[in-house]
Order: sequence, then C-alpha cells, then structure tokens
Amino acid sequence: MSILEVKNLRVGFRQDGQTIDAVKGVSFSLDRGETVALVGESGSGKSVTALSTVAMLGESASVSGSVTYDGQEMVGADEKLLQKVRGNDISFIFQEPMTSLNPLHTLEKQLGESLALHQGVVGDAARTRILDLLTKVGIRDPEERLSSYPHQLSGGQRQRVMIAMALANQPDVLIADEPTTALDVTIQAQILELLAELKASEGMGLLFITHDLGIVRKIADKVCVMKDGEIVEAGPVSEIFANPQHAYTKTLLSARAVGAPDPIDDAADVVAETDNLRIWFPIQRGLLRRTVGHVKAVNAATISVRAGETLGIVGESGSGKTTLAQAIMRLIGSEGPIRFQGQDIRALKTRDLRALRKDMQIVFQDPFGSLSPRMTCEQIISEGLGVHGNPDGRDTRVLVADVMQEVGLDPATMDRYPHEFSGGQRQRIAIARAMILRPKLLVLDEPTSALDMTVQVQIVNLLRDLQKKYGLAYLFISHDLHVVRAMSHKIMVMKQGDVVEAGAASEIFDAPKTAYTKELLAAVPA
Amino acid sequence: MFKMSPLNQRRWRNFRRNRRAYWSLIIFCVLFGLSLMAEFIANEKPILVQYRGDLYTPIFKFYPETAFGGDFQTEAGYRDPEVKCLIETGGLDLCFDDPEGYIADAQDGEIAGEAIEKGWMIWPLIPYSFTSSVERPGAAPLPPNAQNWLGTDDTKRDVMARVIYGFRLSIFFTLIVTTLASIIGVIAGAIQGYFGGWVDLIFQRVIEIWGSTPSLYIIIILFAILGRSFWLLVFLTVLFGWTALVGVVRAEFLRARNLEYVRAAKALGVSNWTIMFRHMLPNAMVATLTMLPFIVTGTISTLAGLDFLGFGLPSSAPSLGELTLQAKQNLQAPWLGFTAFFTFAIMLSLLIFIFEGVRDAFDPRKTFS
Repeated sequence: MSILEVKNLRVGFRQDGQTIDAVKGVSFSLDRGETVALVGESGSGKSVTALSTVAMLGESASVSGSVTYDGQEMVGADEKLLQKVRGNDISFIFQEPMTSLNPLHTLEKQLGESLALHQGVVGDAARTRILDLLTKVGIRDPEERLSSYPHQLSGGQRQRVMIAMALANQPDVLIADEPTTALDVTIQAQILELLAELKASEGMGLLFITHDLGIVRKIADKVCVMKDGEIVEAGPVSEIFANPQHAYTKTLLSARAVGAPDPIDDAADVVAETDNLRIWFPIQRGLLRRTVGHVKAVNAATISVRAGETLGIVGESGSGKTTLAQAIMRLIGSEGPIRFQGQDIRALKTRDLRALRKDMQIVFQDPFGSLSPRMTCEQIISEGLGVHGNPDGRDTRVLVADVMQEVGLDPATMDRYPHEFSGGQRQRIAIARAMILRPKLLVLDEPTSALDMTVQVQIVNLLRDLQKKYGLAYLFISHDLHVVRAMSHKIMVMKQGDVVEAGAASEIFDAPKTAYTKELLAAVPA
Repeated sequence: MFKMSPLNQRRWRNFRRNRRAYWSLIIFCVLFGLSLMAEFIANEKPILVQYRGDLYTPIFKFYPETAFGGDFQTEAGYRDPEVKCLIETGGLDLCFDDPEGYIADAQDGEIAGEAIEKGWMIWPLIPYSFTSSVERPGAAPLPPNAQNWLGTDDTKRDVMARVIYGFRLSIFFTLIVTTLASIIGVIAGAIQGYFGGWVDLIFQRVIEIWGSTPSLYIIIILFAILGRSFWLLVFLTVLFGWTALVGVVRAEFLRARNLEYVRAAKALGVSNWTIMFRHMLPNAMVATLTMLPFIVTGTISTLAGLDFLGFGLPSSAPSLGELTLQAKQNLQAPWLGFTAFFTFAIMLSLLIFIFEGVRDAFDPRKTFS
C-alpha cells in the first residue's frame, strides 16, 4: 500500500472575498523507497500541494479532497494528530538553508530539540543519536561540529544539517521542497547523492519538488508535471523523458538556452578593461580600527570587453564575481586601473561619474527586489531620464513606450505596479530601465537565475537581440553554465577571488585546462 | 478627482470592513468637526444681533456698548440685562432703570402704547465661552442643571463649554506635535539609516543623551523664564518627542539601503536624497504608521499630565488636565470627575480604534472576508 496517497486535492486561497484556486484536483501516490518528483514552473501549485499534506497552509487556505498517510485521513484531521505526524512521520526540507536554522542555537541544540519533542530522548542518548545523524549526512568531524552555530557552516553543510534534522525521527515520508536551488552546482550534486542514498537505506518515500528537469532525471522514479494547479502528465521518469505526450511537457523539456552568440568584428572598440583589479576589504580591530588583515574578495582580475561582445564570468557563490562587477560599475572601491572607453574612471569625481553612469548600466538577479514596489512601471523605467536628461526632447511616455516594446512588454501596461507583473516581465522592466539610456556596457548579474526555464530562454534571446542591434558590451555573471554558454564570447572562471581560467567560450567548454573548471562542468545536470 | 492606487483602494476597503474602526472614524470626525465650530456652539456672545434694523455679528467683530445706545466705550456685555434690554427695545433709555421689566414689556412691540424698534439676538446652544463665569447663586462648583448641562467648575465656569474647547485644543495640540515630531523623526532616522557608519554612531549617541535629559525640569524652568504659552509647550514637546520615531525609521532604512532597487537607483546615478525620499521612504511609512497611534495618544496624555501638575497651558486655557485637577480637589462635586474621565476615555478610545484599523488595513497578510 502507498504510504502517502493524494486524491483529488483542491486548495483555494481566500482574498478580498474571492477564492483563488491554487491546486485544482491533484492525485498521486508515493510508496516506501520511492521518489516522486513534482515538476513545474513557479505558481504551478507544487509547493502548495506538498504543504497541504500536513495542513501547513495557514488560515486563508481552504483544502478539500483527500490526503491519506498510512491510511489516516489528513485533510480536516485535528491539530493533535497533525502535530504528531508533522516532523515525526512526514518531514520537510526547505529551499533556504540560511533561514531554516535558528541562528542562535548550536547544532546540538537544534537537533536535540526535535529528538526531545517527538521521542523524549535527552542527555547522552540524544548526543549519540545526533552524532550518528551527522555522520549519516556526511558532516566531517561531527564531534567538533556539535557546538558550532549555523553561520559557521557553509551553505551545503547547512543543508546537510537540515536533512539530519528531517531524518532525526526516522520519518516515513521526506518532502524536499527545492532543496538544492540555493546551492552551487558541485554542492548540489553531493546533496542529491546523499538524498538518494538515505532514501534507499532508510526506506523512506521521497517527495521531491523542483523546477529543474536535470535533477528529476537524476533522482526520481516517477514524475508528475504540474501546470496551473493541475497535473498535466505523470508517469515513470524514463517514459516521460523519452516520450513526452503533453505539449507542456515537451515545452519544458526543450526549454534550454541553446546556440552561441554571433561572432564579433575583430576591429570592435574595447569598451571596458581592467588591469590586475584587486578588491580587498580591510578587517579592522580594536579601538583605533587598526587593519589587521584583509578579506580578499577579488585578486588580480584582468578583463577586457569589446563592443558587441559578451564576457561570461562563472563561479560558485563567494567566488567574487558580483563584487568584481560592482567594482567595475564603481559602486564599491577597488585598486588597479579600470578603463571605460579609454578613460580611467577611478579618479573621477562623483559628479563626473554620475554623468558616465548613462553609458554603464546594471541588471540585477532578483526581479522582485530590484524594482521599487511603490512606483509604477513608467516611473521605474523613466527614472534614469530624470537624472541624465531626455536625449531628443521627446515625451517621456513615448520613450518609455518605445523601450517597452523593444523588450517585449505591452506599453499599455506602463501605469501598473511591479507586483502586477510576472517574474519574467519584471526582469524585462529591469532591462528596459537600463536600455532607455542607451548604454555602451551592460552588467548582467545573474539575470536569469530567479526565472523559470521557459522564461530564461526568452530573456537570453532578448539579450542577444539587443546586443546585435546596439552593439552592446555585456558582462554576464552566472553560475548556470548552460546560459553562460549560450550568451558568451569569452569566459572567465573564478574561484574564491582568483581567476582560475579565462579564454574563448569554445575553448573553456570543450577543452577545460584546470581541474576546477573540469569539476564545474562535470557537476552540471545534463 | 483624487484617484487611489489599487493598493490604497484595497487598504480603504479593508479599513471599511473593520466596523469598529470605521464607525470610530465617523464619530471622531463628527465630534472634531463640531468642536471646530465651537465658537458657534458655546459662546458668551450672540451669533447674530438685530438692532434698529441693522445686523451685527459679535463673534467676528468688536462692537462697543455705545453702538447699542449704552454708555461705555468697551465691548458690549451681551449677557448684561441692560444691554439685552437696549437691543430688544431698540435703545430705550428707560432700560437702565428696570431692564427685566422693559424686556417683558417689549414683547408685544410697544412700550406704554408707543411703538418701538424691536430687536433680537440669536444665541449659541450654550451661551457661555470657556472663560465666562456663570451668573448662578450658590457656591462653586455648581451641580448640573438645565442652564449648565455638566455643572460648573470651582470658578463658576461652564464645564460643557470648557470640554468642547478643551477637546479641540487637545486634538490640535496632538496633531501639530505629532506632525512636527514625525517629520523631524523620519528625516533624522532616514539620514542615520541611509548613511550608517560614523553618522549613525554619533547620531545614536546624541539621541541617547537627549533621551536621558529630564524634560519635565526643562519645561518647568523654561516656563518660569518665558511664561506659559501654547506654542512654547508645542516647541518643548516636539523637542523631546521627535526621537520616538527615529529607531523605527532608522531600522527600515538600514534594511532598505542594501536592497537591489536601491542599488539599481545608485547605478542609474540617482542622487542620495532622491533615493531616500522616492525609493526608501514610502516603504518605511508602514512602520511609521504603526508607531503613530502611540505618539498621538502619548501626546494627549503628556498635555493632560502637565496641566494636571499645573505646569502646562496658562490657567485660562480650556484644559482637560486642569479639569481633572479640579475634580481631584473637589471630590464633593463628582460631575467634574465623571466628565474628565469620560472625555478622555472616549477621545483616546476613538483614536486607538481608528489607528488600529489603519494598522490592520496596511497589513498585507490580514484579509477581511
């Protein structure tokens, strides 16, 4: 018999007297020792489905249908039963390892709490069990780690601790909600391996929620493809991947940024270059703030990017790629010359630099955070015009309408607020805000990583079109190697502030020289 | 027509669904609106006078007694029987002998068979101002009756009139102080939070020192030197009240200055001040709004407390705190205590209910079905 059975589950959220349906009649089942993946883009209802299994959705949700765990009905069950099941029989791992651990508790306390609560295990017995768990999830030297705080661990280690917490009560079902999305590719591979091992050794059912089909292929037995609150297609992984039936599944499978950018003219002008750029943050101690050392964010980065060319900067989190981009934009201080259109911009005064900002623009990663929530789309896009003046005296609204059309937005929507747009549309607004000034250099800081796959492809195409049309120079920062490959002429690989390898895109991808680059390429899910 | 953004429309809808807050707002608006017209509701001068065919408006204009055929160059005392008689009989000299008799005699339009130019006065609902003393026999404070609905205080002034003016004064005071204190507090907090570092460090120390100043002594000393006045009290309350909001706004700005849309604005070359007030302030306003009710009610209580202690407004001002003090000193006259209590209870409750509704309406997670 299935350990978890979901039948015709419906979830609606009440707001302003209306009910918005998030899940519309979903059915699937999960056996012991089996992995079921729920795949879908954001807003498809996959997380809501998972959370509603143990009624964790809050007051405004109305749930109907049936969810049975081990024969017990969970929809409409009383709070006592739900509390017993939550964290004990059905455990969760969430996406964000930074915020899912209490920063004020040591590892021993975090893990001990759950053990004491559900099993009444305390003292030495608990300690033994905690060490056992930490060993199981692959934490090295668990004895020493017991008194560590979450901030002393890396992202991958934190996610391992989260998994240990989820395993503490030997659950029958483990629900993993995008557990690797916030992690680097090499770490992601390790965590997936760990989950697969644990599932086999503990005999759990694993419900895996993700938007990444590469991961699904790697880990799942069965897959349910969700769209707009419905399962459009379900079946064994091998079948779905080999022979997708539904049109949406086909779109998802083919949604991958492909191709390469057009080659550029050798005679193109160099737009921006640096020579051994160094960004060290001083560590100051004591009353007199003496500098006792440096955090070396970037060591000796030499870059050069020409008009119409894209330089891809690749690296894992903490490798200094965003810091480098901000230094080139002069948003933070640095050492070593930075030449923009032949002029060293480090010596410029604030006023002159402000004038120069017209030619260098940046697009950020998070399309939700980079737009002021209380300004309309038109106000956001036209803000730069207010600073740098209107180029040919045309009406602002006309200019905004033009640039919106160019980035593929409907100009009729310019008086709406950011929350009324989808993630991909917001990223287009952010691009329009940069493009309205007709810059020469555009820094793109992970512009696609917060977006769904199908939307990523559209944004990549848009960026390539804009580059061709205006001869833009791009600094493209990403950890997603597929996207980098589709965008870049040249690539620079960074690791912990050092440039590990740099060269033409084809060389790096086809014949990587250093061990780190090879490791990075190997970790990417196919 | 002023058009609200969809977000504000939603907030207004949420506010209206909160019945208690909505009705509190309506009642408060009516009460405050009435108190704004206090001169027409409670005044020792008539609203309109007709004398020998001409109309007079004593509330707005000064008329000497001679204008109505009297003897004095000073302002006419409209409640004096002599003046009443003069106006109603059209300036009959006989009024100085027996005013009441002639007023009664004049009702039919003639006196001793001779026609007179009959005049009239329209009085406000309560024919007393907050300073006028009541002509009633007996020792003050006098209990309520048909003439003085809430009785009189210990200097024979009508309590109802003083409550109406006192309510208006309290609300005015708190509105002025809250507005000024909020503006200063928000700007100070914004500067601290946005620039951070040394600016923040020094400012924070200044605020700590400022906050530990014994403000009551400063108020007493300055009042002793400069004399009591409304505006001096406003100045002093703002001087020690502006720090209330700094902490909240500073925290909001510290958080917001690293948000991506702020960095995006910096990359566009937008100046610091524009970033602070266009991008960051609107987001700090919600936190500010949740703090406001405490400042508003706190300010009313501060004013009442100072008046109660005798360090507040000049003793002639219509002060609710002074009423409370009188109630304490005259326990044999319970109408004073009850009036003071209910005035404060109703005023503060209404304000709290309104702001509670506002705060909930701004909370995006709250839904009202």
